[in-house]
Amino acid sequence: MTVQTWTFIMVGLSFVLYIGVAIRSRASSTGEFYVAGGKVPPVVNGMATAADWMSAASFISMAGMISFMGRDGSVYLMGWTGGYVLLALLLAPYLRKSGKYTVPDFIGERYYSQTARFVAVLCAIFVSFTYIAGQMRGVGIVFSRFLDVSINNGVLFGMGIVFFYAVLGGMKGITYTQVAQYCVLIFAYMVPAIFISLLLTDNVLPQLGFGSRLADGSGMYLLDRLDGLSEELGFAAYTAGQKQTVDVFFITLALMAGTAGLPHVIVRFYTVPKVAAARSSAGWALVFIALLYTTAPAVGAFARTNFITTISNAKYDEMPGWFHNWETTGLISYEDHNGDGRVQYTGPESSITNEVIVDRDIMVLANPEIARLPAWVVGLVAAGGLAAALSTAAGLLLVISTSVAHDLFKKGLQPNITERRELIIARVAAGMAVGVAAYFGINPVGFVAQVVAFAFGLAAASFFPAILMGIFSRRMNKEGAIAGMVSGIVFTAAYITWFKLVHPELNSAENWLLGISPEGIGAVGMLINFAIALIVSRVTEEPPWEVQALVEEIRVPRRRDEMPGSPV
Amino acid sequence: MNDRKAEYWQRNLRYLGILLSVWFLVSYGFGILLADMLDSIRLGGFKLGFWFAQQGSIYVFVILIFVYVRLMNRLDREFNVHEEESPGPDPAGPHP
Repeated sequence: MTVQTWTFIMVGLSFVLYIGVAIRSRASSTGEFYVAGGKVPPVVNGMATAADWMSAASFISMAGMISFMGRDGSVYLMGWTGGYVLLALLLAPYLRKSGKYTVPDFIGERYYSQTARFVAVLCAIFVSFTYIAGQMRGVGIVFSRFLDVSINNGVLFGMGIVFFYAVLGGMKGITYTQVAQYCVLIFAYMVPAIFISLLLTDNVLPQLGFGSRLADGSGMYLLDRLDGLSEELGFAAYTAGQKQTVDVFFITLALMAGTAGLPHVIVRFYTVPKVAAARSSAGWALVFIALLYTTAPAVGAFARTNFITTISNAKYDEMPGWFHNWETTGLISYEDHNGDGRVQYTGPESSITNEVIVDRDIMVLANPEIARLPAWVVGLVAAGGLAAALSTAAGLLLVISTSVAHDLFKKGLQPNITERRELIIARVAAGMAVGVAAYFGINPVGFVAQVVAFAFGLAAASFFPAILMGIFSRRMNKEGAIAGMVSGIVFTAAYITWFKLVHPELNSAENWLLGISPEGIGAVGMLINFAIALIVSRVTEEPPWEVQALVEEIRVPRRRDEMPGSPV
Repeated sequence: MNDRKAEYWQRNLRYLGILLSVWFLVSYGFGILLADMLDSIRLGGFKLGFWFAQQGSIYVFVILIFVYVRLMNRLDREFNVHEEESPGPDPAGPHP
């Protein structure tokens, strides 16, 4: 059977599975729609969180980015996992105890202010839409390359599936579909990784394989060979970093704090039954995430090695089929500058002109073909990429619909609406958000990649400090929190906009503030937020007594009504 | 705030301080600031700093969370603030 037939089978089967799961878990109340009734067991929630978190960027792009960035790719590995430590230790248990439905809800109550709630709602919606746009690109790539469906139909079909289970099932439907999607995506990621690890190094575990000796009889370590190959072709050594240490430090910090502050991740911890469950659930989430994240750098190194050895100096006419297939999608391009009919793939340090331009997003998808794995593995990877993109898109849609129905209507414009009406508004909002997301998928804005830096930067500069101080500082008041959030957001947004949209030609290390790139500036925004908030809160009135009592209350797991006789 | 609760919170803060120091050390320390120095040591085919940045820090992160879970479950029971087993989630949804 051909690759395309296998892809249809794999993708078709996985979609049938998701729809089956969705039908079995419909939501009937706002509690079920927003937080799955707060009854999800910690391990299940951990798995759903992992699928929610690992997007098309993690599944499709990350190993590719690492394979081209080498050591500098570590910022994503540490940044996108280390945030879970912050989440588990500093945020999740207390937010679960607060018993709110959403992040803006917590901020609104803790800072006794509709303004704070409104700032948080805007941020949550902006961050979520930015993020969804990225998922749509992943869906588009998979459909156009593997299924010969136009990107437009692919996006519409994918969004149709998400619409079906997000609107019908809310958080409950999404949670159980995400569990299924996690299983599909991790299987699809591990199978080719293990195959390739065996082929290259005889080691069954990719995590160990990329630190092992090559199986070609040379006795060389894979990473040493890769360093050698890279330098020969005029690239930097794979295991040496290019970025400045200060930039690596701040990017990692911004990604960690951003991860801990992303509303669609935080909201997952409202779905578990207890505070203790929120803590362990974050641990399980990281276990499931780490499985992919420790495999990704191995996949990156394998893909890079295979890619270089396959194409470098090979005759163009004898290139394998995948090369030409990706050429037709425009993600690989080749121009024979010196007219010798061979492929010269070289880096900036080489005297020979480079003739190949590769989009790094294709490495994971092309990897099984480059390594000549069987057709069904290729189909599996396509299904995995779709699972990653759809599960994240669904989680984000839920944040948008909850923000609109709960924070904007119930807690803002129309506090007296019935639960039935609130549920209808939530479903309509989810439906409209699907429409907007589909629009972005079909007409991708040129600067999608750039605005993703926004999502993490803004989450790091706004939500993370505001929530953290809301829990750990009883004295923090609304004046401090709002001043902090606004200055953090304005600074971060201005810096990113300046270098990414207004003056992209100036976006280089010598023009950056202290050598920190726009990707890492969210960490500075976070520090500004902390500083301003602490200063302003000290010179303004302390928060009302009830709010200070609320802070005391969320710091202990047991509910007040369960406390035997002790006044609080 | 009564003393028992203050003591519970202090113990929690101390755990956080220790665990977050380890968190900082393995990622920002071993993986970034001290990475070049550690790279002279090899772990099989890996340079040690590279290994911490792309593998080791992630394993430590996982361990840190489960250590915290254990420590806090014990602390909750010691101070008798752990949650009851039976009632589980509030059937009426979130409160207050």
